[in-house]
Amino acid sequence: MEQRISLAHGDGGELSHQLIKNVFIKAFGHRDKAMFDAASLTLPGNEIAVTTDSFVIKPIFFPGGSIGKLAVAGTVNDLAVSGARPLYLACGFVIEEGYRLSDLKRIVADMALEAKKAGVAIVAGDTKVVERGSADGVYINTTGIGVYEDEKKPNLAFKTGDAVIISGTIGDHGMAILGARGELGITVPVESDCASLNSMLMKIVKDVEDVRIMRDPTRGGLATTLVEITEDFSITITIKESSIPVREEIDGMCELIGFDPLYVANEGKAIIIVAEDQVDKALSIMNGYPEGKEAVVIGTVSSLEKGRLLLETPIGSKRLLSRLSGSMLPRIC
Amino acid sequence: MLEVLKQSSNPDILKPLLIAVKELAQKFQTVYGRKPAFMEVCGSHTMSLARSGIKQAIIEDVNLISGPGCPVCVTDQHSIDCMIELAEGDGRIICTFGDMMKVPGSRQSLMDAKIRGKDIRVVYSPVDAIDIAEKNPDKDIIFLGIGFETTIPILALLIKDAKARSIDNFSIWMSTKLVEPILRTLLNAGDVILDGFLLPGHVSIILGEEAYGFLPQEYKIGGVISGFEPAEMLSGIHKLLEMVLVKQPLIVNDHRAVVKKQGNAVAKKLMEEYFSVSDEAWRGIGTIPESGLDLRQEYNQYNAKIRHHVNPGEPKKTKCRCGEVIRGFIRPTGCALFGKACKPTNPIGPCMVSAEGSCSAYYQYLREID
Repeated sequence: MEQRISLAHGDGGELSHQLIKNVFIKAFGHRDKAMFDAASLTLPGNEIAVTTDSFVIKPIFFPGGSIGKLAVAGTVNDLAVSGARPLYLACGFVIEEGYRLSDLKRIVADMALEAKKAGVAIVAGDTKVVERGSADGVYINTTGIGVYEDEKKPNLAFKTGDAVIISGTIGDHGMAILGARGELGITVPVESDCASLNSMLMKIVKDVEDVRIMRDPTRGGLATTLVEITEDFSITITIKESSIPVREEIDGMCELIGFDPLYVANEGKAIIIVAEDQVDKALSIMNGYPEGKEAVVIGTVSSLEKGRLLLETPIGSKRLLSRLSGSMLPRIC
Repeated sequence: MLEVLKQSSNPDILKPLLIAVKELAQKFQTVYGRKPAFMEVCGSHTMSLARSGIKQAIIEDVNLISGPGCPVCVTDQHSIDCMIELAEGDGRIICTFGDMMKVPGSRQSLMDAKIRGKDIRVVYSPVDAIDIAEKNPDKDIIFLGIGFETTIPILALLIKDAKARSIDNFSIWMSTKLVEPILRTLLNAGDVILDGFLLPGHVSIILGEEAYGFLPQEYKIGGVISGFEPAEMLSGIHKLLEMVLVKQPLIVNDHRAVVKKQGNAVAKKLMEEYFSVSDEAWRGIGTIPESGLDLRQEYNQYNAKIRHHVNPGEPKKTKCRCGEVIRGFIRPTGCALFGKACKPTNPIGPCMVSAEGSCSAYYQYLREID
């Protein structure tokens, strides 16, 4: 008979113990850290970065990844775009009663694989089981700890003429998820871009002078993240519509259902703003990584005032871009 | 196909077209001492013109007036209130296009009702509503049927499908509108100066170019049927300018690849079979006789207005001027609420909500950038 998660798996008794031992520790390792109520860690340097993120994506398995891969990559990327080297993750699971053990194992295996790729250790965790119907499959929270090295961090010293780089095509994750839900009745020939970006971003931080800021444009898409940057730092950024890389399939699908790729989520992309004279170096580094081989400059910091994002259309006129208003698509991460 | 569409946003094609439009508009100004004024009838045109930057690029040269072609925006408040009130009944599933979710009713929106636990589902394709009905035989499924002739044939197909599959827990709340009566109403009122119409490609696929013959024949005003890509719209405006300069109002089909003279005979037959003309109430205008379609009597069992009674009470009065916006009297910025009390996150009127609404287009794309 197919093994399924029961409420007893979350009650702290024998079944919980077996689940932790046979599923989580088996995949994540670090049994030494799991013997205590908290993992004790030694961190290099003085300044650390901490971030947390909850993942409720539907469907749990999608083209290009799963909630497990996403839960690792998402938190790793939040640390990496802050300029911190991701080292440790803690994870919390909320599982619906009746969930297939085999699926849980797949999720955990995806987490372990992505953690290995990203070079982070999953050192603490928690599992809760809720009654059938009280959750939808599995939700995962991950908390990440990273360290700043060599005193090098994005310096936020924006100057007019700074270049805005995107590490690749936009909208892949959001549209892949929408397609995977099967609500549209169309097949979407794209995979989510879900990936850890820390190797590439750490290299950028280390080798490129005058990195101003790095952000990952997840929910709300490229436009919303750029609007946040312009408002937070009171700068004007102008991006060129014709320079923004969008896969043909994504473009066509957005056109069909009335979405704007600028507002569709990404899970493996970074926006990097660097000084004008560092563009070539930044691009040559990024282009050397699979996650950055399509990296391009999409615009510039056009003034150091006003806090707004402008889009130059192919016809040459400019328009103001705002944050995504309202929900485009729930539960995409 | 995508290659063709891409060409339509190619700056090498757009920029010379833009210059040509500006030159002709200047000529018009020299002759008439004012800017030429064209109405883009359809909300999708309003959006595409603003999004592509065309509206901004020719703002000094051509007065582009947004017309009454956004289906949500032209729906009067009482009808909106009725549709939202439907959600209050027990055992119902309301299926709707996403646009309706945030449209403010007098008391609440469908989104508010959904948050309170009412079963309201956004469908991308209306046919999904039939599937939902089949899967929920103990519930009444009501589809909110809003739209112009582009959407109405699909509503006919829904009834056909429901009948064929013997689904009897499905009905449509009809609130459809027709293009010709509203254009006649605007022209008869005569209080907006217009030199021509940019006519919507998609409605015209159904109606055919012949449907607009009354414009030049009875009102001496021309129109160009245009697609929604930047180059197509600029070409449409260019042809309108050429036409007004030689004073020969015509209907020009600039979307020939898909719009035929007689339109889509199958779709027209479907509409004829399932619907008959009805009086419809338009926002800010009132009831226009024979300006919409309702289900024929023999399909009463699919008519939500007959199956379900709602009484939403008197609509709440607001200072929203959507009614004047859709008639071209004022630009969205002429409304005191625009961008202040009324924003996409807190809309007061439907024009700020709909993906085709003029106020929404202005808010998203046309706010001053300098």
